[in-house]
Amino acid sequence: MRAGSNRLPAPAGLLVDRERPVSFAWEGARYWGLAGDTLASALAANGEWILSRSFKYHRPRGVLTMAGQDANTLVQLKGEPNVPADRLPISEDLEAWGQNYSGSLKRDRNAVLARLSRFMPVGFYYRAFYRPRGIWQAFWEPIVRRSTGLGKVDRATPHGHFDKAYGFCDLAVIGGGPAGLSTALAAAGAGAEVLLVEENPVLGGSLAYARFDAEGTLAAARREALVAEVEADPKIEVMTGAVCNGWFADNWLPVIRGNRLTKVRAKEVVLATGSIEQPAIFRNNDLPGVMQGSAAQRLIRLYGVRPGRRAVVLAGDDDGYGVALDLAEAGVEVAAVVDPRPEPAPSALTEAVAGQGIEVLAGHCVAEALAGPGNRHVRGAFVSRLDGQGGAVPGGSSIACDLLCMSTGYMPTYQLALQAGAKLGCDDAGAHFSITGLPDHLRLAGSVAGATDLEAALAEGRRAGLRAAKALGLKAGSEPEVPADKGQAGANHPWPIFPHARGKDFVDFDEDLQVKDIVNAVADGYCEIELVKRFSTVGMGPSQGRHSALATARLVARATGRSVAETGVTAARPPFTGEKLGVLAGRGFEPERLTAMHHRHLEQGAQMMTAGLWWRPAYYGTKDRREDCIREEVLAVRRNVAMIDVSTLGGLEVRGPDAAEFLNRVYTFAYAKQPLGRSRYVLMTNDAGTVIDDGVACRFRDGHFYVTATTGGVDRVYRTMLWWNAQWRLDVDIANVTAATAGVNIAGPNARAVLAPLVEGADLSAEAFPYMGLREASVAGIPARLLRVGFVGELGYEVHVPASFGEALWDRLLEAGKPHGMTPFGVEAQRVLRLEKGHIIIGQDSDAMTTPDEVDMAWAIAKKKPFFVGGRSIELRRRHPSKRKLVGFTLEGADAPLPQESNLVLRNGEMVGFVTSVTRSPTLETVIGLAYTAADEAEEGAPLRIKLTSGRMVEGRVVPPHFYDPDNQRQEM
Amino acid sequence: MKIMPCPLNGPRNISEFACSGEVAEMPEPNRTGDEDWADFIWMSNNTAGVVREWWCHVPTNYWFIAERDTVTDEILKTYPAGKVFTARRDFQGRDEGP
Repeated sequence: MRAGSNRLPAPAGLLVDRERPVSFAWEGARYWGLAGDTLASALAANGEWILSRSFKYHRPRGVLTMAGQDANTLVQLKGEPNVPADRLPISEDLEAWGQNYSGSLKRDRNAVLARLSRFMPVGFYYRAFYRPRGIWQAFWEPIVRRSTGLGKVDRATPHGHFDKAYGFCDLAVIGGGPAGLSTALAAAGAGAEVLLVEENPVLGGSLAYARFDAEGTLAAARREALVAEVEADPKIEVMTGAVCNGWFADNWLPVIRGNRLTKVRAKEVVLATGSIEQPAIFRNNDLPGVMQGSAAQRLIRLYGVRPGRRAVVLAGDDDGYGVALDLAEAGVEVAAVVDPRPEPAPSALTEAVAGQGIEVLAGHCVAEALAGPGNRHVRGAFVSRLDGQGGAVPGGSSIACDLLCMSTGYMPTYQLALQAGAKLGCDDAGAHFSITGLPDHLRLAGSVAGATDLEAALAEGRRAGLRAAKALGLKAGSEPEVPADKGQAGANHPWPIFPHARGKDFVDFDEDLQVKDIVNAVADGYCEIELVKRFSTVGMGPSQGRHSALATARLVARATGRSVAETGVTAARPPFTGEKLGVLAGRGFEPERLTAMHHRHLEQGAQMMTAGLWWRPAYYGTKDRREDCIREEVLAVRRNVAMIDVSTLGGLEVRGPDAAEFLNRVYTFAYAKQPLGRSRYVLMTNDAGTVIDDGVACRFRDGHFYVTATTGGVDRVYRTMLWWNAQWRLDVDIANVTAATAGVNIAGPNARAVLAPLVEGADLSAEAFPYMGLREASVAGIPARLLRVGFVGELGYEVHVPASFGEALWDRLLEAGKPHGMTPFGVEAQRVLRLEKGHIIIGQDSDAMTTPDEVDMAWAIAKKKPFFVGGRSIELRRRHPSKRKLVGFTLEGADAPLPQESNLVLRNGEMVGFVTSVTRSPTLETVIGLAYTAADEAEEGAPLRIKLTSGRMVEGRVVPPHFYDPDNQRQEM
Repeated sequence: MKIMPCPLNGPRNISEFACSGEVAEMPEPNRTGDEDWADFIWMSNNTAGVVREWWCHVPTNYWFIAERDTVTDEILKTYPAGKVFTARRDFQGRDEGP
């Protein structure tokens, strides 16, 4: 039979298309399934129940939830490990394998590890493997890595394509079960734009698979009506097969569907996330063929697969009786319903079961699932009477079965609510849960809020939808009554835990943890649930405690004499389910800034480097000639003339009646009396007196300064200026014009000769336009500001023009320089040139503690101002003198080694400073640098001992930092 | 991601903003002793509860004040800095009278 021998006739199988058989490969053999099958359902239809081997003991594992929520079903695909088989659709090109076995899935050689389990007590890896030293890496790790774990990463996996989208809605409803559907309809009816997110391929939630009445017709009828209404509503956008994997502040929701992550911003959110059925605990509760009642129902209703031939149902609540009825209807012989409740209250479902003549063993439990050969499938249930305290009375009887269903209760799917800061509460018996403390604009509806009764869930959904609509400012009708009894009573059995003396009573299937592991963790002193988790690893596996958190809380509560409410559950953090790295990875959005002359630099062969966000020319020439290029550029500036793009320099326009007063406050120097047409150095300190930026202030008019700032600092300087003036309220306007301005510095003894012929409206002679002078003029017809500055220590002019003229200015200057042999120079040469002059670069030669005194800038501090930012702190810090000082140093000899920046300066083996800048000066033909050293050893001629990167010590001596032209004659020519 | 209601730009993702700590009025620098000044500069109150903080919308460089509960991380209200800093501030020199 092409659809598999366990296939049930229609109408069972909501998701499968009986007209479309599909073949696929599993463990190297081909099987047939139906379109709409998952790998797990198609294999079940073919009688293949083992999907994987367990993490530690290599026990066969199979279907547990059929909801994509457990680690039992994780399988290996070509190029992708750990894919849940109960979510994975089959297709003709599907090739899948089981995981974590040696040999074959059915006969795993490592299964012998289970016999060694008594040598692997809880937390054993914290105690074993570590002696003798080094044994872990050398011996144990390769063995452990081979024999435990999940799937295998294939390094040759082809590149995947993932993308991101943004979504906006009035209301996001998470979960498309009965409560979610009625929420969406109520809110959309009031006019809200609704996004409905459902992780399954179809809407309906439990209506698609569960049984709510003895006749078994209610769910399908309700589902059909609700889904038709939702699909016809234009205000509801439905996303099926999509999981909301977290809740972040202000309803920011990552919704993942396939390879797309949609970042949803919702004004209101209703969590209708339902509840998760919890496994019961007894010996061998992990055997293939032992599954949750809802898993059997999903196999029948969603996939038309008969989950077994002869079943025992462990029913701790009435839902278990619904499972028994579903099984009987599907032609499964129900050998017995085992009910741990001593006297289950009669209901429509229990009476229907009795009416079918199914044996009900009240006050009994399943003490052990009996294993077939190799633990490959369940072959029976060993049933014992309960002693009235929840413990099994020794002895009992065996019932043959190939299917053992567990229906003993649920846990609300609380993860998203708890991520939002809500608290999970629990009644004293440990059976009923409540979620409280939700933030505004977040609501619950349905069984996550305890409404397990269908009518209650529908009413609560409507109410949540209407309340969300009202919160959105929409007119919503009157709220429906939600019955006080929402059906929670009796829905959960408080203690479905039946430990076995011989163990293998699993609490956590992911990590192969048994009851004794949790109890022993508490006995070892780990009484808090978060510590039990970390010591035992319970809840750390792929299913993240969805099926183990409740049982663990109950066991820890009992072992420590507390209630489940007091014990609590471990913190819920995103993601809710595993997500692929591809979903998280993505394009970087780091901006890059290019100057107006960028393409000219490339044409002229520049090697580019980054400076903050900017790209700047490092030097012009090929990489193999790097040192020579830099040296030639330096010498061109010193001996002739060269030019550099300085467009990245920060530019700030400061205007208004208080402009000078403002500069007086934000910079250390004095600006009130600064003459027009002159520029003046600016040094900025923060309010702790630390040096943070520098530049020049150019005064064009009384109330108009143009201030430069460092390339990397200007954005921060601008923001800081605005912050101060938000407090001072001076009459001044500040604008950051960095991007609006292009600039070129033309420097060298022949700078005037190159520039003068291009300038109209200014006399460039030394007398008319001296050092630190400032002119507005036309350069090659371009309106320009000319600044005489001396950063590189030669005659030089900075030409600042509107950015749109930048390339034209560059071209004209280069053209005009041709007769003089002028070349461009880059940032590397500029760094050497300024270092030869001893000019510091703030951020390179200073750090977060540098005071003006440490870098010899006391001259730049005005003494008579009543206030400037940092002034009071500088004064205070002067009374606690710094132990270090920035000095110049040289290393003598042509063969002296070149230290690196950050190499330590030592005295008697103690660090007293470090190198901040260093180079082999082409002009002076020696190693020069700046370094912090001990303040009491900073005088000229003192020794300076540097520990090189190699560890070797080298001794230089302290010299004045103005290595070149100390009298500044050249820049003032 | 949190939303910050900016008085100038409206509600925006908080990643567009920078926080610059609690609003604290600077004492008169020349009328404040070293201990008090050092306390003002280097010590932060780190209040648990409602604080007034400086926030800047970085793309527009707009500074404003937010009242935020540091325990719940709830932003209670935001307003322009001019609501608090209403008048021009001048500083007293060392030798001037009070």
